[in-house]
This record gives sequence, C-alpha cells and structure tokens, in this order.
Amino acid sequence: MSALRREAAIAAVALLVAIAAGSALILVVGQSPARVWAALLARTLGDGYGLAQVLFKATPLVFTGLAVAVGLRAGLFNIGVEGQLAAGLFACGLAGAALPAGTPAVIAVAACVAAAAAAGGAVGAATGALRAVRGAHEVIVGILLNAIIFAVLLWLGDTYVFVRESTRTPDVVEAARLPTFGPAGTALNASIALAAVSVAAIAWVLARTRTGAAWRAVGASRDAAAAAGIGARGAWISAMAVSGALAGLAAAHYVLGYKHAYENDLGRGAGFLGVAVALLGRGHPGGVVVGALLIGLLSHGGLAINELVPKELIDVLTAVIVVAVAAAAPVVRRWERRAAEVGAIA
Amino acid sequence: MSALLDAVVSAAFVTQAVRIAVPLGCAAVGGALTERSGVIDLALEAKLLAGAFGAAVAAEATGSIAAGVAGGVAAAVLVALVQAWLTVRLAADQVVVGIALNLGAYGLTRYVLDLLYGSTASSPRTVGVGSAVWTSPVFWLAAIAIVAVTVMLARAPLGLRIRAAGDRPAALAAVGVSVARVRVLALVIGGALAGLGGAQLALANHGFSAEMSAGRGYIALAIVILAGWRPAWVAALCLAFGLLDAFQLQLQLTLQSAAQATGELSEAGRALQTFALVLPYVATLVVLAVVAQRSRAPRALGRADE
Repeated sequence: MSALRREAAIAAVALLVAIAAGSALILVVGQSPARVWAALLARTLGDGYGLAQVLFKATPLVFTGLAVAVGLRAGLFNIGVEGQLAAGLFACGLAGAALPAGTPAVIAVAACVAAAAAAGGAVGAATGALRAVRGAHEVIVGILLNAIIFAVLLWLGDTYVFVRESTRTPDVVEAARLPTFGPAGTALNASIALAAVSVAAIAWVLARTRTGAAWRAVGASRDAAAAAGIGARGAWISAMAVSGALAGLAAAHYVLGYKHAYENDLGRGAGFLGVAVALLGRGHPGGVVVGALLIGLLSHGGLAINELVPKELIDVLTAVIVVAVAAAAPVVRRWERRAAEVGAIA
Repeated sequence: MSALLDAVVSAAFVTQAVRIAVPLGCAAVGGALTERSGVIDLALEAKLLAGAFGAAVAAEATGSIAAGVAGGVAAAVLVALVQAWLTVRLAADQVVVGIALNLGAYGLTRYVLDLLYGSTASSPRTVGVGSAVWTSPVFWLAAIAIVAVTVMLARAPLGLRIRAAGDRPAALAAVGVSVARVRVLALVIGGALAGLGGAQLALANHGFSAEMSAGRGYIALAIVILAGWRPAWVAALCLAFGLLDAFQLQLQLTLQSAAQATGELSEAGRALQTFALVLPYVATLVVLAVVAQRSRAPRALGRADE
C-alpha cells in the first residue's frame, strides 16, 4: 500500500466514524441526520457566499495547522499555538497602529507581518528552548505560557494601548489593511495568498533543506538522528521558532484582513483547532490544507445548522475526527502488516 | 497592605486554599496514578468536566448530594474507559487522544446541557455543598480518597503492579500479569478520583456551568510532572498551588476595596493584579524549568505495548 493510499484510508475511516457519531447525536435531539447533513453541505458548498466563508474560516487554520505540523515533524507537540497566535496578533496590532500615515502599503504590510511572526516566533523559541535545554515538557510549558500570555496581554492592552472603555487597540493604518474579495458579506481577504505561500515554503523547507531534514530526523528518532550527528537541541529550538512564527502569521488574516485592530480574545480557539488540522493533515503541508478546509467547512456549517441542532455538535465532531484519525493510524498499520504476512505465506 | 496580611494569616484564608486545592488534588493524584501505569493523562480536563457535569445532572434529577457524587464519578470513569479503549486497546497516540477528549468533553457537555435544560451555558440550580469545606462530606470523601490512592500506589500489591506497568511492562508480562488490564484499571481508578474532583466543583457551585473546569486539568498534569509522579508530593504541591491562588484572590479583593476608596485602580495596582493572576502559572513554569531534568518519568510512559 502506498503512503498516499494509506493516508487516504485513514482519512476515510475517520470521516465515516465521525458521520456515524454525528448522526447518533443528531438522532438524540430528534432531528433527521440526512436533513442536517444536507443543510450543512448546502450552506457551505451550495453557493458562492458559503464557499467564500469556508475559505475565510480555513485561512487562519492553515497557519495554525502548519504551526502544529512543523512541531509534530520535529517530534514536538506545540499546544502553545494559541498563545503564540495571541502574541502575534498583539504585536501586529501595535505595529499597524504605530506606523506613520504615509507608509507605502507594501512596507506597512511587511512590517506588520514581520512583527507578528517575530512575536509568535519568540514565544515558540522560548518553549523549544525550555524543552531542549531544561527538559520541560512542551505541552505543559505551552499550556502555562498560554495562560500567562493571555493575562499579560490583557493587562498591557488595558494599561497602555486599548482605546478607552474597550478591549481593542486603535485601528491599523489604511496602508496595512489587506483587500477583501469574493461575494458581498464575506470577509475573505488577501491573507489567503500568504497562507498559500506559507504552505509551499514549509513543504520546501521540509523536503529540500538541511533544516527540514534535521527536523524530520529528530522527529523520527532522536537516537538515529544523534548517530547521524544531528542534535535534537538545535532542531527543536528552530522548529518551535518557525512553528511560533507561523502561528503569529495568522495575524495577517485576523488583524490586517478582518478586524483591522487587535481585540482581546481575537482568534481564540484557532490554536486548538490547529492541532486538529495538523493531525488530520498527518503533519504534511498539503494535508494541512485539506484539514483546514474540512474544519473550516465544519466551523461555518455549524452556524448554518444551529437552527436544527446545537452548534456544539461541531466541536464534538471535530474531536471525533481527531480521535478517529489517531486510532485509525495504528489500526491501518496493523492491517498492512497482517496483509503483508498473509502475502508472504501465500 | 496590612489588610492583606491580616487576611492571609486567617483561618478563612487556609480554608479558601484547601477549597481550591482539593478538586485540583483529586485530578492530579488521579493523573499521577494513570501516568505511573504508563499512560499519558492529558484527558484530566475532560474527566473534571465530565465529573462536574455528571454530578450536576444526577444532583438535579435526584436532589441528593450522594447521587451527585456517584454521577460525577460515573461520568468521569466513562471518559477514562473511552481513553483506555483508544490508548491501551487500539494503541492510538496518547497525547492526541487526551487533547481530543478534552475538546470533545467541552462540546458534548454543552450539547447535552442544551438537550436536557435548553441552555448551553449552565444547568438549573442543584443541591450542593456551597463554600463549606470542613463540614462538607464531599470534602472528606475526596481527602480520604486522595490518601487511600497514595497509600495504595506505594504499598498495595495493585500499586506495585501499576508501577511495574509503567516502568517495566515486560517484567510484569513475564510474571503472567496483563499489562493492558493493569493500565485499564489504573485509568478507571484515576478517572474516578478526577470525577470526584469534578463533582466537588459542581456541588460547590450548586450546578454545572460550561467549561467550569477552566484549565484545572492541565494545571493538574503540570503538578504531576513537577512532583516527579509521586502522589504524596502531588498532593502537597496542590496545596501549595491552592495557597498561591488563594493569595491571588485575596490580593484582588484587597486591591478592589482600595480602588473603591480612591475611585480608581492605580497603574501599579493593575500591574500587581496581573502579577498575582499569573503568579501560580509563572511559579509552576519556573519550578518545572528547574526540576524537570531531575525528575524521572515512568520508563514506559506514552508507549503502548501490544
């Protein structure tokens, strides 16, 4: 079985399990699963607005999904994406509001994006360093840093930068705002191009560069990597720095493309959904795009089906899909092994 | 500041610290037990939340605190059984399963909440224990359970098997004991304890509110690692965390009453407030960075054995 076919088999199993579990939950509230699924698809894929909204929801998830995927490839679970994203959003909002009015658009956008990536990357690098140098588990460090970052950003904003009587920063300058496009009413914006470039860039780094090879080697086996002269420390710190920077880049969508300012709680939850996206994408950049589109579809679809069933159904479905992917992977591997043994005997 | 000092050296302050420490301690000691058997327990958040939810539903239906406790324990054990099936039986990635179960618990509790009571935010008011600590039977039950699990892990034959499952599963299998069965048992006992912690949250609150576990499950796991997977240390650290958190709450109160006197909270006051809020997390992070390398995780932690 080729690798691609195996991934497709895992995805198919996961999707079937999710549809079965979702249908059961829909039946429990006395609705018809067929009707809910039909409504979900009609409102997301049935017209231009729905499609645009799916892409709108998927854009930030590409960034956070890639962030988690880079960590996974290096053998680290970056659960701190949520905090790295918040740091990036805050830095982006500050930079965008501080720019002088006459700044050319190219420079304004580049400066804001760089600030976001630097802030997210710094948090990511710190998490990686704590793991690499001090042996502190990145999952726990990530969770603690998330809590600390949320509290500190709220205080910094409240004390120094928020517009009075609000929890948002002043608007970013006109030049830093990304154009929106698509049907009326959607906020789909040009940050989707940056998302596409990021996917291609990470795919290239992973496949073609020495850094990417080091991440993959350390992620596959630390001992084997060490035997080949690749140290885990450097690979972990660089992977987490890049991972955090990718998380920060989602600010291009939220701040530059959508809200034009930093708001408290902006983008909350996108980091955790990034975990789901990366797992669905099995840690591959191309897979991340597929995962982001699926979760984006579910996120927008949740709003569409809310009149039939509580939209919390979507959270449960996301969890079921993630669990099913995680459980299907070893099961499918075992099938393969058994098939190979049967083949060898015959 | 002297008002703060007076408040901190009072019996009420200690009671507050214990009130915070006990649900956390239930989750953390339960997590320590699970992890010592070799299974990474990132699903503590889901178990606390399920425990709180089950307790509120059972208390609402029966009007009995005892039934509430039983409902909470049952709900969390259910989560533990799902986790056991996925991680022990199907050998799915333990970290992924834990995080997904947490996400699923957030969604499912709200979904069923809506189904039962027509609200995705909170349950109706139920019977409960309120802010009582020393006179609450639930508190004593939790305290006894924490001590019992700690002693069991250290002294009882089952405790020895659980430790062996986490450290030397091959040796355990060699003497004819099923490693999988021991791990499932550890997950169930640990889950029951975490459920008891969740039940406390709901019964103290006289009902369930969405996401009421509020990250305690994650903090509990951080404490397990800090304590080097030793239950007695886990319990002690939970108490220390409770003291820090109670201090933080007291500081907020003191600052608020000072702000009421002068009309507005000063800039320094706000900074202090934020510092107090993040103090437990920063303290945990610093200690983790200092001790992580020295503390020894169970050897087979995270590895599913066929």
